[in-house]
Amino acid sequence: MNAKTRLNIGAVRSSFAPWADPSAKPLVRFDQVTKRFGGETAVDAVSLDIYEGEFFALLGPSGCGKSTLMRMLAGFETPDLGRITLAGEDLAGRPPHLRPVNMMFQSYALFPHLTVAQNIAFGLRQQKKPRDEVAARVDEMLALVRLGGLAHRKPDQLSGGQKQRVALARAIAPKPRMLLLDEPLGALDRKLREETQFELMALQQRLGMTFLIVTHDQEEAMITADRIAVMRAGQLAQIGRPAEVYEAPNSRYVADFIGDVNLFEARVTEDDGDIIRLMSPEAPDGLEAIEDDEVPAGSTAWLAVRPEKMRVHLDPPPPGPNRLEGVVADIGYLGDWTTYLVELPGGRTIRAARANASRVVDRPVDWDDRVWLTFAPDSALVLTR
Amino acid sequence: MSVTGAPRPRRPWKGLGRPRGQPSSEARAAYAPFLWLAVFFLVPFLLVAKLSLSDVVLAIPPYAPRLDWSAGLPGLIDFVRALDFEAYARMGQDGLYLAAYLSSLKFAAVATVILLLVGYPLAYGMAKCRPSVRQALLMAVILPFWTSFLIRVYAWIAILKPAGLLNMALAQIGLPPVDILNTDTAVYIGLVYAYLPFMVLPLYAVLERQEAGLLEAAADLGCTPFQSFWRVTFPLSLPGVAAGALLCFIPMVGEFVIPDLLGGSGTLMLGKTIWTEFFSNRDWPAASAVAIVLLATLVIPIVLFQRQQTKIMEQR
Repeated sequence: MNAKTRLNIGAVRSSFAPWADPSAKPLVRFDQVTKRFGGETAVDAVSLDIYEGEFFALLGPSGCGKSTLMRMLAGFETPDLGRITLAGEDLAGRPPHLRPVNMMFQSYALFPHLTVAQNIAFGLRQQKKPRDEVAARVDEMLALVRLGGLAHRKPDQLSGGQKQRVALARAIAPKPRMLLLDEPLGALDRKLREETQFELMALQQRLGMTFLIVTHDQEEAMITADRIAVMRAGQLAQIGRPAEVYEAPNSRYVADFIGDVNLFEARVTEDDGDIIRLMSPEAPDGLEAIEDDEVPAGSTAWLAVRPEKMRVHLDPPPPGPNRLEGVVADIGYLGDWTTYLVELPGGRTIRAARANASRVVDRPVDWDDRVWLTFAPDSALVLTR
Repeated sequence: MSVTGAPRPRRPWKGLGRPRGQPSSEARAAYAPFLWLAVFFLVPFLLVAKLSLSDVVLAIPPYAPRLDWSAGLPGLIDFVRALDFEAYARMGQDGLYLAAYLSSLKFAAVATVILLLVGYPLAYGMAKCRPSVRQALLMAVILPFWTSFLIRVYAWIAILKPAGLLNMALAQIGLPPVDILNTDTAVYIGLVYAYLPFMVLPLYAVLERQEAGLLEAAADLGCTPFQSFWRVTFPLSLPGVAAGALLCFIPMVGEFVIPDLLGGSGTLMLGKTIWTEFFSNRDWPAASAVAIVLLATLVIPIVLFQRQQTKIMEQR
């Protein structure tokens, strides 16, 4: 199935998985790429494949090297070691203006002396396209980003959202092999950002173009991307589909960076191949998790449970594993969700979240209430690093 | 009792507090620059304007009429009657004035173009440097102001004179000497040297402020560094080009010291003409008339300069 027929926006495109096909050729390949600034290693031996038609996200906190990785692909930085290839061609030594990728800058970098139409036409004029072809493409782009009436405005007469769309149109207009988006929605307010995330996805589908987005906002990456690469200190922590990195993080770092997570440091007491049993002073009744990977008994591991997978009880549930007891220390009411901060006897605070599925509740959970938290063994995850 | 009742006082605040029309102390402070301009610009201007309408006489001061305050109103009427445009009429008849006038404009225009060609690369290079180096270079541009202007121009005489530093250097490398002093070339050298900071500083200001991301965007969209310069950097620096050009052109038209010290007898410039009329010919009305005409022509570039400055301020 190609990108154009994709319908389940926001869900996993289960049939689109070129990375799982060993015969598929990647559009872009980072091969052991390293970049140092002074003594700091910004990007540390990163290898990464991005496939044609993919919406790929580089996600990580600021300073993790994700922007540097993208800027090396655009040609603004030169790798110290390793190779970057585009469609099989080594990009080494090729200046930015000769690379068939276009970038949408975080600051938008719109040319202040040019109108919206002239900004969009900039790359096309550089390609020496005939005048009428440029005009037609500019009109097409203006319609695509819904800026038809603003063609003759200057950038300083536009709102933030409008500037963002001009920057997008300008980068798409020359039909690059790949579009690079550097924190594209960072300057927008929340409501506009959410709308734009879905617009970006729809746009990528329509164009069938390969998108690479750099962001520190996990929600942005989760919503838009086919695959996410989570970065940490110049290295790749995990690559996977949004649901994979959320539900099956490979480390405490990824689990904690994507969404909220409760982590229990515990000693593995038994691994019967299916269920792993652990002991932790914070869970007197023991902990259980269903896990395929083998974890040797006696080793230390971390049990990870997402807040929304915790159930909150006001009456004590029957004793058994995965049962915690505590006092409600704080309640964060978000409207759609409520987050409970429950203090365990050891003093640590655990998060539990509940969807507010109905408007009225029989027995609301209140501050200082004694509550019990439980979770299913298949909702928990055992992490060894 | 009717609801409308007695008519409302039209201005209930009238008579309360500070009377309207009298400025507050802040408003009065805002007049200070105008007072400054009135005392040091408007009054001298009016004096010169009045001089230009007077006649030459052999006396001290060497012009007539003079206003006799004791004669009262009839004296004032006589005074105004005695004013005429004779000095201006003489200016129109004597081709020398027109020649000096055109020659001044030519000197200023050519020097402005040379200043742009020299100043732009200089300002561009400075703006591209690391911030620490930039500060040092900026200092180097401003440093000559710490020495007297006159001394700096005299220094050029020492360099350009027949047995000067330039010819000594040329002789060292086996080249024939050049005779530049007291020629138009020397005047151009002096003008470019003296006004270079006034060209570099406004250019540097606009170039330094330019977002580096714009050049990356241009490169990303297919521009070579050279194309990026012509399509992005240069058009964005035009306000600085205009500001620098006007800032140099306006005073250069009336420049006196440089053509007087470095130029030859054939160098015609209005500044020199005014000086000659004042001090050699003791024809104060003629000198004043030349000065007034010069000012009148410079009003256009001065207004342009002001508008340009306002535009730059608005962009910030």
